[in-house]
Amino acid sequence: MGDQKFEALKGVSFDVVAGEFVAIMGASGSGKSTSMNILGCLDLPTSGRYLLDGQDVGGMTTDQLADIRNKKLGFVFQGFNLLARTPAIENVELPLVYAGLSSKERRAQALIAMEQVGLSGKENNHPSQLSGGQQQRVAIARALVNNPAVILADEPTGNLDSSTSEEIMNLFTALNRQGITIIMVTHEHDVAAYAGRQITFRDGRIVSDSLTGQVI
Amino acid sequence: MDFIQTLKIALLALRTNKMRSFLTMLGIIIGIAAVIAMMAVGTGASYVISQQIASIGSNIILVLPGSTTSGGLRTGTGGAQTLSSDDAKAVMAECPSVAYAAGTVRTSGQIVSGNMNWSSVVMGATPELFDIREWPVVAGRSISQQDVDGAIKVCLLGQTVAENLFGAADPIGNIIRIKKIPFTVIGVLDRKGQSPQGQDQDDSVFVPLRTAQRNLVRSQRTGIVSSIIVKAKNEELINKAEKEIQALLNQRHRITNSKESDFSTRNLSEILAVAEQSSKAMSLLLGAVASISLIVGGIGIMNIMLVSVTERTREIGIRMAIGAKKNDILLQFMTEAVLLTMLGGVIGIALGAGGATVVSRLLGWPTMISIQSITIAFVFSAVVGIFFGFYPAKKAAGLNPIDALRYE
Repeated sequence: MGDQKFEALKGVSFDVVAGEFVAIMGASGSGKSTSMNILGCLDLPTSGRYLLDGQDVGGMTTDQLADIRNKKLGFVFQGFNLLARTPAIENVELPLVYAGLSSKERRAQALIAMEQVGLSGKENNHPSQLSGGQQQRVAIARALVNNPAVILADEPTGNLDSSTSEEIMNLFTALNRQGITIIMVTHEHDVAAYAGRQITFRDGRIVSDSLTGQVI
Repeated sequence: MDFIQTLKIALLALRTNKMRSFLTMLGIIIGIAAVIAMMAVGTGASYVISQQIASIGSNIILVLPGSTTSGGLRTGTGGAQTLSSDDAKAVMAECPSVAYAAGTVRTSGQIVSGNMNWSSVVMGATPELFDIREWPVVAGRSISQQDVDGAIKVCLLGQTVAENLFGAADPIGNIIRIKKIPFTVIGVLDRKGQSPQGQDQDDSVFVPLRTAQRNLVRSQRTGIVSSIIVKAKNEELINKAEKEIQALLNQRHRITNSKESDFSTRNLSEILAVAEQSSKAMSLLLGAVASISLIVGGIGIMNIMLVSVTERTREIGIRMAIGAKKNDILLQFMTEAVLLTMLGGVIGIALGAGGATVVSRLLGWPTMISIQSITIAFVFSAVVGIFFGFYPAKKAAGLNPIDALRYE
């Protein structure tokens, strides 16, 4: 990018209501990653506002943003991004470590999250001993463990085969039915189809915002 | 994030790269071991010196006869027979800063007891000598003034002599022959150890001064002593006592120009204090040289920590994404660096202490490991970790989570 100013997003405005399952679609360079970074409080918009859970994150320090990410957001990445050489349960506990919980509380909450993603019994397995799908479930458990306002999933099925993808998407759907808000970036239409709402980006603008295939 | 968790993460990271962690620590291990070993040797040396100071007795001034000129031939120090028992008595009586003064004569000869014999130093002494030297009798009695006045043929044995002539048997009451003259053993002196010159002070026999003057040494006049040992009343009075002795003896020997004095005085404690100081300076110097290797070790730590930060960029990204603050990351890498150096420090201390013990066993050097040097080494290793770990940790904490997550 260098010193050149580049507007990744132009005039983008949308609301996500609590309990929604939103898929953000678009080709690479369309601005979906930038919007995901802003939604994830990893990046701040140069202009404009982002209200998360009613709170304006603009002007926050990096430490305040870290705190917001820790308390209100859960991340699921394409490449799982688990800590190797660390047992699954400790990976799930990690956000709670930074939240300052005691090891007892951490373990209790992490066990619940592991159960929610159907990985009870795999707590002490290291990521390398788990299949891709199982690793992604650990990552989802990690995203869930702090009871976030939103789970942000960035191409969560990108590294998985189609049957495993289906499993993961069913898990997301089930979690959404329990009332968890999910925002997912993907470029696959069949994956996006699981979401109740699809927002499509092109050249930094929203070109469509539709509820289950219906163009408004 | 609590400290135990930070420690656990740091330990895990170090365990993951065992070989690398060990090699990184090696610089610190060698540095600390060198510091500990050098300090042990230095402290041991100065301890021995201070022990020796204590063994001669404190606040000691030695008066030795000077040179004489006869027929154009000048003898060296101690060559003349210018000091007498009366000089010693006068010093003790007339010099206000002097606590004790004792004239002594010294000779050596074969000592025979039954079928055993031993060659040793024989000293003629007055009762004051044992006060001056702070050298008690452990068995029997000491030499009394009556023994001296009556030139009685009795003797005190040093531990080495007693062991060589009598073994484990009690020597008191036995007759020994010194230069074929029979003496009754009346006592055995406490063990004294080495003199500053490295001589075994226990390898000596003491007889009453006048007995020695009459029977064991030859002299031109009666009452000649080969040296006078003086004890000043306290440390502050040593220099004053020395001046008083010089003035008194010059007067007694009718010497008007002090440059022509027929005796000389030596302040032993002062000489040894200088020796102790120089050995302390030496150990400090050795410690300074060794600490350079600590700095080199610290640079090695910084280097490896920088590599580690780069390697673990993605991990840092993950941690930041899920809520680690800058300080959490900073602390994590600092802990790792400090843990490395402190672990290295502990191993180094053990190795240095072991090395010092080996040195003292093989070379016979006295070594001493002080709590002080261990504390210094430990704190120093922690400081090296903090100092050299800070830059890499700062670099890790300054990463942008988006870039860090994308890092391949």
